[in-house]
Amino acid sequence: MIKAILIFNNHGKPRLIRFYQYFAEDMQQQIIRETFHLVSKRDDNVCNFLEGGSLIGGSDYKLIYRHYATLYFVFCVDSSESELGILDLIQVFVETLDKCFENVCELDLIFHMDKVHYILQEVVMGGMVLETNMNEITTQVDVQNRMEKSEGGLSAAPARAVSAVKNMNLPEIPRNINIGDINIKVPSLSPF
Amino acid sequence: MPAVSKGDGMRGLAVFISDIRNCKSKEAEIKRINKELANIRSKFKGDKALDGYSKKKYVCKLLFIFLLGHDIDFGHMEAVNLLSSNKYTEKQIGYLFISVLVNSNSDLIRLINNAIKNDLGSRNPTFMNLALHCIANVGSREMAEAFASEIPSILVAGDTMDSVKQSAALCLLRLNRTSADLVPMGEWTARVVHLLNDQHLGVVTAATSLITTLAQKSPDDFKTSISLAVARLSRIVTSASIDLQDYTYYFVAAPWLSVKLLRLLQCYPPPEDAALRSRLTECLETILNKAQEPPKSKKVQHSNAKNAVLFEAISLIIHHDSEPTLLVRACNQLGQFLQHRETNLRYLALESMCTLASSEFSHETVKTHIETVINALKTERDVSVRQRAVDLLYAMCDRSNAKQIVAEMLSYLETADYSIREEIVLKVAILAEKYAVDYTWYVDTILNLIRIAGDYVSEEVWYRVIQIVINREDVQGYAAKTVFEALQAPACHENLVKVGGYILGEFGNLIAGDSRSSPLVQFNLLHSKFHLCSVPTRALLLSAYIKFINLFPEVKATIQDVLRSDSQLRNSDVELQQRAVEYLRLSCIASTDILATVLEEMPPFPERESSILAKLKKKKGPGNLPDIDDARRNVNGSTEHSENTEAPKKSSPSLVADLLPTNRPRPASSSPIMRSAGTMGTTHPFTDLLNLNATPSAGASLLVDVFSESPAPASVDVCEENFLRFVCKNNGVIFENQLLQIGLKSEYRQNLGRIYVFYGNKTSTQFLSFSTSVASCDMLKTQLNVHAKTVDPLIDGGAQVQQMLNIECVSDFTDAPVLNIQFRYGGTLQNIAVKLPVMLNKFFQPTEMTSQDFFQRWKQLGAPEQEVQKIFKAKHPMDTDVTKAKILGFGVALLDGVDPNPANFVGAGVIHSKCTQVGCLLRLEPNTQAQVKMYRLTLRTSKDTVSQRLCDLLSEQF
Repeated sequence: MIKAILIFNNHGKPRLIRFYQYFAEDMQQQIIRETFHLVSKRDDNVCNFLEGGSLIGGSDYKLIYRHYATLYFVFCVDSSESELGILDLIQVFVETLDKCFENVCELDLIFHMDKVHYILQEVVMGGMVLETNMNEITTQVDVQNRMEKSEGGLSAAPARAVSAVKNMNLPEIPRNINIGDINIKVPSLSPF
Repeated sequence: MPAVSKGDGMRGLAVFISDIRNCKSKEAEIKRINKELANIRSKFKGDKALDGYSKKKYVCKLLFIFLLGHDIDFGHMEAVNLLSSNKYTEKQIGYLFISVLVNSNSDLIRLINNAIKNDLGSRNPTFMNLALHCIANVGSREMAEAFASEIPSILVAGDTMDSVKQSAALCLLRLNRTSADLVPMGEWTARVVHLLNDQHLGVVTAATSLITTLAQKSPDDFKTSISLAVARLSRIVTSASIDLQDYTYYFVAAPWLSVKLLRLLQCYPPPEDAALRSRLTECLETILNKAQEPPKSKKVQHSNAKNAVLFEAISLIIHHDSEPTLLVRACNQLGQFLQHRETNLRYLALESMCTLASSEFSHETVKTHIETVINALKTERDVSVRQRAVDLLYAMCDRSNAKQIVAEMLSYLETADYSIREEIVLKVAILAEKYAVDYTWYVDTILNLIRIAGDYVSEEVWYRVIQIVINREDVQGYAAKTVFEALQAPACHENLVKVGGYILGEFGNLIAGDSRSSPLVQFNLLHSKFHLCSVPTRALLLSAYIKFINLFPEVKATIQDVLRSDSQLRNSDVELQQRAVEYLRLSCIASTDILATVLEEMPPFPERESSILAKLKKKKGPGNLPDIDDARRNVNGSTEHSENTEAPKKSSPSLVADLLPTNRPRPASSSPIMRSAGTMGTTHPFTDLLNLNATPSAGASLLVDVFSESPAPASVDVCEENFLRFVCKNNGVIFENQLLQIGLKSEYRQNLGRIYVFYGNKTSTQFLSFSTSVASCDMLKTQLNVHAKTVDPLIDGGAQVQQMLNIECVSDFTDAPVLNIQFRYGGTLQNIAVKLPVMLNKFFQPTEMTSQDFFQRWKQLGAPEQEVQKIFKAKHPMDTDVTKAKILGFGVALLDGVDPNPANFVGAGVIHSKCTQVGCLLRLEPNTQAQVKMYRLTLRTSKDTVSQRLCDLLSEQF
């Protein structure tokens, strides 16, 4: 089972957190800090699995993570999950984000946290893998978007404002997580 | 077109996020957030009804604030309202908020359940999916109660959409995990198994996860899934990858489903049906063959997916443990991976090989890779991988390679990562013991261990070496010589001093013939370390000295001088002082014969499981010692460890027996030292004067049996002497002895309470393994919930730590919970039990009322069982102010001018519990005229048990 999914940037700022096992709020923040501490000190070419998170579950749990340019995607799982399977799942999730956002970047995650949650919900449900077929996932997301459109109320004006705001912030953060198109290029993940 | 149109958003949200991101400091950020929270709060509380869009926007903002790590304590209601919106996007954000922020025991669950019920019944697949997601993500018991019977029918209904089926399967899985008793098994189980034949591979994947979990709990009910799973697997494995279209991932056919199916098969032994069995073997062979084929893509995703299936197939082969050819092939495949350039594969290969090492068919093959593994230990850059290498070396170790492996681990230990040192120490200690052919090697190894990693050598390890030396005569002389030499080092670890002190105290005579290690030299050597050691070690050394007096009469005078010195006899530490005094006295008054009896050599220890092994098990968690436990990786869940924990006996039954062939049982009462320890406390008056026999002589018990486990906490008397003092007050000291002081500060509001417990270490020595627990009798458990936060296991000398207890009164109660405290002080385990002053009256809320009201209610509560009256003698002088203060402290309001007699006291209050509220009226009438001062106390409440309890509590106070 997947106990938690954490996405944070290179400075440990959380960008998405999802717990499938109940932890109190302060515990959640501690887990994020501990996980960041464990993951961020590792070189990019070491293995993608690590044990030793003391807060979440103890010895039966592993952290399986990938590092894309500015973001870490970390899945905390128990021994019932296949390590390589989860690693692929992270890839599927990121590729889906990339498809849905067109060259996804950290800013997309910040400004569209709700959307990212919805996409994740199509992949993982209650800590179990729900769907791994990328086309199926994007179809579901498309359906959602069409429903949102048809419900209207969100006209183009706010949209322009959003992009204006976004542009203001651009220098702060590299624009692209660099997973490129579907032929993923992941420069920071050298053996991969 | 991108699937998410980036433009569609909420402007207010974007502006807010930008503001936060532009904040220059943490303070500015907090300020901005607080401003926003105030704004949202006022919007939610305002009179104007918010439209769906605004609600959605504010809920989204709250989610963002929560992500930044701030507590959100409102907005739940608004989110629940969004659930019943008929707009999809509003519903969606409502569900998101609830899945992220609502925990399973929230009060809102009932409202949420209503919304879910509507959505499940809506027959709109998107709405149904949202509802199912919510159930799966929250997974509370109340939800299980409401929906556990409904979801199976959604899952197996013919007209359910595929996406809903997927969600329903996983939802059911989650409910089965959290509240299995509520999920009815029934006619649907057979139909769930048939989902393995479903057209839609997403449905099959979800169903496989579900069946795997169910099959672990009741394997017989799902046996039919084996043949379906094998058939499905076979179709996937042998298909040309184009057949599966969308579920082909980087040229690998449905890797996730394959992995899940292979996991499912690991719930069962190999199929009995020969045809099925050969079909499965064929599948596994095909998977192994594919590993040798050239990759269809250079992408890492391709090899990842392929290897995910391969590793799972190998797990299944190891699990079946029945086909030697497959096992050897699997082992060779893993051998290839050991040298693979990808770190992930090396890691996984080491991990899988660990389980393979326990199979009799492949153990020898695994051993051929020893050089590669040792090399990995030396050269891997990644500590996770090195850790796996250590595990594998441990697993592949046997008598033939033990010396090499132990040597390699020892040398690795010098540079090992700090986080894994303790574990390596334990492993080395166990291997050295398990495979020791000659015990001189064992003693050398352990002493080396202490030299290299002294700080990481736990008590169990050095206890164990002493135990073994004492039980084996042939190694005693060597051990004495070796520790003597090791102690020559100018700086040696304290653990070595402990081992040295103990062994020389017992067997120093065996090397005393050599003038280089004459008794005096030995004593001076030990004593040169004395001042650098901690109190427990010094205590042990003092015991060694008295043993020396017995062994070597020629150094008696020297040692007596040492014992007599002020630094010993007047040592500020109670334990050291007591030992010095008693030992000195013993050496002066006892005849040589008595000395020889009292201080006789230790008898052999009884056989028992190695305490180190127990420690390693504890450290790694059950089921994680692959070689010993024969443990399989647990499939889909973490609950079924129990059958593995007893395994050590099975695979290495001779572990302890090998080590301790001197099978002489030692009745504890025959130990002369034990007896003397008992008499020393009582016969010598001076110990009583010092009031020291309150704490058992730690030294004597350490000498008798260093391995004795803690005495059962049940035998401890519950201290309740201060209990009644807390009836009318909330703060104070509840317990105090020579070591520990326990203070309380408590506060109560309605049916909830909070107690801060302060543990003060009164000694100058650290308390170790400090732990506490709160126990209630079965009856009380249903009436009162007590939740204790964990407390730091170490308390430094003179320090105080705090623990918080949260209390909830469910219904009225009579008993009180007991706080159990355990800690280690100077080698002995201390157990203390204190009755916690949580009484019914703590949940009082005072009620003011007029005289008229009072008497009206007094009359209403006139039934005989509602009134309890007690007449009792005053224990304290009658003082009106004190009495008033006590009644107020009891928790009721003191009503003036109600009783016609101004000397009487009248009070009223309401007891709050989760279930009910009980109104209470009381009247206290002092009789000052009588010769013996008397009181009459009358209580009237609507519940007889409450009246009785309150009367009992209050009548003790005057």
